[in-house]
Amino acid sequence: MTKQIIFAISLLITFGVFSYSINRIVRFFRLTRPAFPIRDFGKRINVMLTVAFGQTKIFRRPVIGLFHAFVFWGFCVIIFGSIEMVIDGLTGTGRVLIFLGPVYNLIMASGDIFALLVAISIIIFLSRRLFFHIKRFEGIEMKKISHIDANIALSIILLLMISLLTMNTGYIEYMKLTGETSVGLFPVSTVIAGFITNGKAENFRVMYETSWWVHILLIFLFANLLPYSKHFHVFLSIPNVFLSRLEPLGKLPNMDNITREVKLMLDPDTAFNATAVDVPQERFGVKDAEDASWKNYFDSLACTECGRCTAVCPANITGKKLSPRKVMMDLRARMKEKGPLMVKNGRDFNDNRSLLRYYISEEELWACTTCNACAKECPININHPTLIIDMRRYLVMEEASAPGEIKAMFNNIENNGAPWQYSAEDRMVWAKDLEINVH
Amino acid sequence: METRKIEVPIMADLFAKGERPEYLFWVGCAGAFDDRYKKVVRAFTRILTHLNVSFAVLGKEETCNGDPARRAGNEMLYQMQALQLIEIFRRYEVKKIITICPHCFNIFKNEYPDLGGNYEVVNYLQFLNKNIEEGNLKIDSKSLDNISITYHDPCYLGRANDIYDEPRSILKKLTGNFVEMHRNKSFALCCGAGGAQMFKEAEKGDKEVFIERTEDALKTDAKIIATACPFCMTMLTDGLKYKNKEQEIRNLDIAELIAQSIDL
Repeated sequence: MTKQIIFAISLLITFGVFSYSINRIVRFFRLTRPAFPIRDFGKRINVMLTVAFGQTKIFRRPVIGLFHAFVFWGFCVIIFGSIEMVIDGLTGTGRVLIFLGPVYNLIMASGDIFALLVAISIIIFLSRRLFFHIKRFEGIEMKKISHIDANIALSIILLLMISLLTMNTGYIEYMKLTGETSVGLFPVSTVIAGFITNGKAENFRVMYETSWWVHILLIFLFANLLPYSKHFHVFLSIPNVFLSRLEPLGKLPNMDNITREVKLMLDPDTAFNATAVDVPQERFGVKDAEDASWKNYFDSLACTECGRCTAVCPANITGKKLSPRKVMMDLRARMKEKGPLMVKNGRDFNDNRSLLRYYISEEELWACTTCNACAKECPININHPTLIIDMRRYLVMEEASAPGEIKAMFNNIENNGAPWQYSAEDRMVWAKDLEINVH
Repeated sequence: METRKIEVPIMADLFAKGERPEYLFWVGCAGAFDDRYKKVVRAFTRILTHLNVSFAVLGKEETCNGDPARRAGNEMLYQMQALQLIEIFRRYEVKKIITICPHCFNIFKNEYPDLGGNYEVVNYLQFLNKNIEEGNLKIDSKSLDNISITYHDPCYLGRANDIYDEPRSILKKLTGNFVEMHRNKSFALCCGAGGAQMFKEAEKGDKEVFIERTEDALKTDAKIIATACPFCMTMLTDGLKYKNKEQEIRNLDIAELIAQSIDL
């Protein structure tokens, strides 16, 4: 009974802290702008099954991608065991899901095998971060805290897997020594247990019990660290994929408020009836965190800073300042800074800082070629270019700020209908003296 | 060899005669004003003529569709251009648009519908590949002597619109010696000119993007770099000049290669 009470209290604390964290973030989401309506559930489920559960985009880097897939698929199966542990812990039962029979054996066996695969993958990930110089993990946005964050999360996952394997091994040995029949299949732990030649049953019971508590309490701790870590990814990546932009990467979202203005300008009849469409004007484009859409913010929270986007960015590859990963990290950081103040002091709160310039410089924004390599590469379908263009929109339309040559290009389009300084009169010069061979 | 003059049909003229061409052939600003790219437009026009396609161009009525303005953040200017063009298209009852430029293709296909401009938009590579597959366009694969060709994917055909197979299918019919660059298809590196970069100097860095991409192409030892975008052509041709390779290696558009192979 004491065990159940302690467990229930830990669970309550976990849920309490977790709902506090989520509630805090939900309030930040309320500050953001609309993105797109969520329709096409069939397509969304399909994207979720292929990109998230099928890990298709992570396999764009096949070797290291496979290890990530192990971790992902491992989490997917191990979670069933964790759910059982929560039920057992609350109700005082032992292995409550046994009634599933062969399915139970399958769940336990795959959990046991994946625990080893995840542990191996995490050791590889940690060594890559600690002992090898991987370019993708470096960059101006990768501060010391980013590396610490990554290493803490990886270490917790490693401990989770070790505790799971120890738990299973202790269980098998204890059951063997007491002559009871164990339930569930544990292929890896059985092999580990095979190396143990002596020991008292009681010790293995303690080993099992201790690992059980370590494992479940680590899960509770991890769940509550995640909302404050880049590893929030663990919770948000699947929803982020489900909420992907479904349009072709080349398509930019239309600005309907501009369409209203332009139609007014082009149509003299409506121009005099301007009051009919006199809606309060919001800022054009994105200057600060609250101008971004909920999807941009979701992207930024789901980003785990893997840097695949930056590694394929033509601007970044050639030494320009732009890094798509930084754009996402900056949005997240700025919301973390300004969000609470806006929640407290109201939407009009101004701290004389902004996402633009204080976090992301114009130089970075103008270096983007909109090639969509970043968006294509992102394993969880984050879309960086739309946010970059939205920031350019702010610069150009609210501040008339752009590189001189770009302004000249605008002028050319306005004056002669071409980005270069040529006259429309010359548009058919190319067709002069055009001939075809007659066979 | 006997030659015949091509009078490129202008939309307004056909309309005055009561004719309605099937396709609007969108020449684009690069096609109209870039001396190198004019040759590509001429090659493609020869192919259209050879295939007896019913088409017309807007001629002097054509105007920038707003793409570079939009990518540079000037949504206002983009929409002014777009809404004016949609009005012109409406007047000429345009239903099908064929483009060479991938940027123009993308904006008509994906972005004009948001402003009420709905058309069947065809990129020339899709059109050419279809005509080759259907047997209307008979490529002479021997004419290019099995020369090695590599292909640079334009971002706005590839990643932006998932057109990867058509150019490859065409090029593999033109030569038995088609070679891929290390970064190809959805992994292809941008030429550096997209997103309005074409119209400005690059930001400070260690290297120009077009050099990096030209190096990818040079590593294949291909004798021809095939491109399918006016901006990519400018960038890679510059890259070849920079590397002093413009004598040995040519940068040609797929339309030019086809026109050459069937001797138009």
